Amino acid sequence: MSDAVLVEVSHVSRFYGALAAVRDVSFTIHRGEVLGFLGPNGAGKTTTMQIISGNLAPSSGSVTIAGHDLLADPRAAKAELGYLPESPPLYRELTVDEYLDYCAALNRIPRGQRAQARATAKEKCGLHDAGRRLIGNLSKGFQQRVGIAQAIIHMPAVVILDEPTVGLDPIQIREIRALIRELGKTHGVILSTHILPEVQAVCDHVQIIHKGALVLHERIEGLARRVKSATLAVAFRAAPDPALIERLPGVHKVESDGAGRLRVFHEPGQDPAEAIVRLAAEKCWGIYEIAPERASLEQLFVELTGGEPAAAEAAT
Amino acid sequence: MIFTIATRELRALFLSPLAWTILAVVQVILAFLFLGRIELVQLYQARLAAMESAPGITEIIVPDLLGNAAIVLLLVTPLLTMRLVAEERRNRTLALLFSAPISMTEIVLGKFAGILLFLLLLLAMLALMPLSLLLGGALDWGLFFSGLLGLALLLAGFAAVGLFMSTLTQHPAVAAIATFGALLLFWILDWSGQGGATVFAYLSLFNHYKPFLEGVFDSADAVYHALLITTFLVLSIRRLDVDRLGG
Repeated sequence: MSDAVLVEVSHVSRFYGALAAVRDVSFTIHRGEVLGFLGPNGAGKTTTMQIISGNLAPSSGSVTIAGHDLLADPRAAKAELGYLPESPPLYRELTVDEYLDYCAALNRIPRGQRAQARATAKEKCGLHDAGRRLIGNLSKGFQQRVGIAQAIIHMPAVVILDEPTVGLDPIQIREIRALIRELGKTHGVILSTHILPEVQAVCDHVQIIHKGALVLHERIEGLARRVKSATLAVAFRAAPDPALIERLPGVHKVESDGAGRLRVFHEPGQDPAEAIVRLAAEKCWGIYEIAPERASLEQLFVELTGGEPAAAEAAT
Repeated sequence: MIFTIATRELRALFLSPLAWTILAVVQVILAFLFLGRIELVQLYQARLAAMESAPGITEIIVPDLLGNAAIVLLLVTPLLTMRLVAEERRNRTLALLFSAPISMTEIVLGKFAGILLFLLLLLAMLALMPLSLLLGGALDWGLFFSGLLGLALLLAGFAAVGLFMSTLTQHPAVAAIATFGALLLFWILDWSGQGGATVFAYLSLFNHYKPFLEGVFDSADAVYHALLITTFLVLSIRRLDVDRLGG
């Protein structure tokens, strides 16, 4: 896997009047990367994606796609770009085949290769049987697939997907995720979503934007390091007083659900598990379960955006 | 690329009942007017034959038919052009065009060409009516083609204005009304002038259409139409660019 830089966004800002939708955002994507783009509603995700896809001009800064500057040489840059907006840009009165042929033509695929390109895109998106159906009659999930097929029909170096799994059923979601992972092997993919497990499932980089500014750019494996506290899940038969555990060294906070289950937040690297077990044995709390919780993206998301956990949970 | 977009526009028109309805209604109305003129010719045939320099059949029928056609199409073109950009904006399909490797100019020219093809088709069907007279007589070809050319230029102007209005809004109905208003205004501009020589009269679409109907091809009239078309196409391109730049 070569690690050529496919997208280079440098110091991009975008203002709507006095409102800064995106402020001084810079990042790069290499070939073979899937970048998950997270943020609360209205944080600037879609604006950023519109800028990268050439649908919106940045107020300042520059975007380079596969070596072509998006503003100076838009045609070459856009040829290397596939974009699926939040609502797929479909013509409901066309059939899937007609639509994909049109997209192929728009992307300047030579006439002779269009049928092949269409077949490949349909194959990848699981649309082989849908070719002759009217897009307007397709279910939401299939329309979404047509949207993705449209974005990859010309084999662009960069694929930008804005919330591609919205409105799909669980099986379709799995298929689309598998497709995204597949795309990530040969293309650079930017995926915007607010479904956090999705990011952990398909992305190898995560980026969180909050109020127009990037607050995190990290590899998935590096996430644990960024979390300010680690968590232990402990369960007791006889619910103890959380204050006793809170007094242990390294423990920040203890949350109790009232039925004997506790979540213990502690300093990373200062695992209080042993101390808790010892204490539980002394006081006969009847401990029957203790496990470290994986540093979750959700936790990090909430920490970084200072937001309401409800927003993150509602998305899952 | 322009051709690709134009054919899609044309296909989209024919996939909706709108295009068929318009073709049918326009044809019926104009056929009625055409037959009315034929009847007139029949009524006064004897008197015409006795006249010294009687007007030919083409002169009686074609200018009148094309003159009426212009009015009918002034009502109809806004309905055809209203969806061009407004509907794409409303359905958010513009992103497809904006993220494809094509320029704004190509998008605008493609859409314009699509509508123009449809209008030329309408024009061809309209031309069939006078052509049917060839079965029993002869036509004054000069007058006939000059009239058709005039109408073609006029329709291209209508389409350009309609396209521009469609780029301004996301509601097709608003685009249609604005186009209709603008066209009608252009048409009746000369009504305000006292004499025939005011600036308004010069800007009036009608005054640059009439000479064509009379068989007079004045390059100034052709340039007027070309300028009108170019102006509104350039405005459309600018407007779409602003879409991308502005908020």
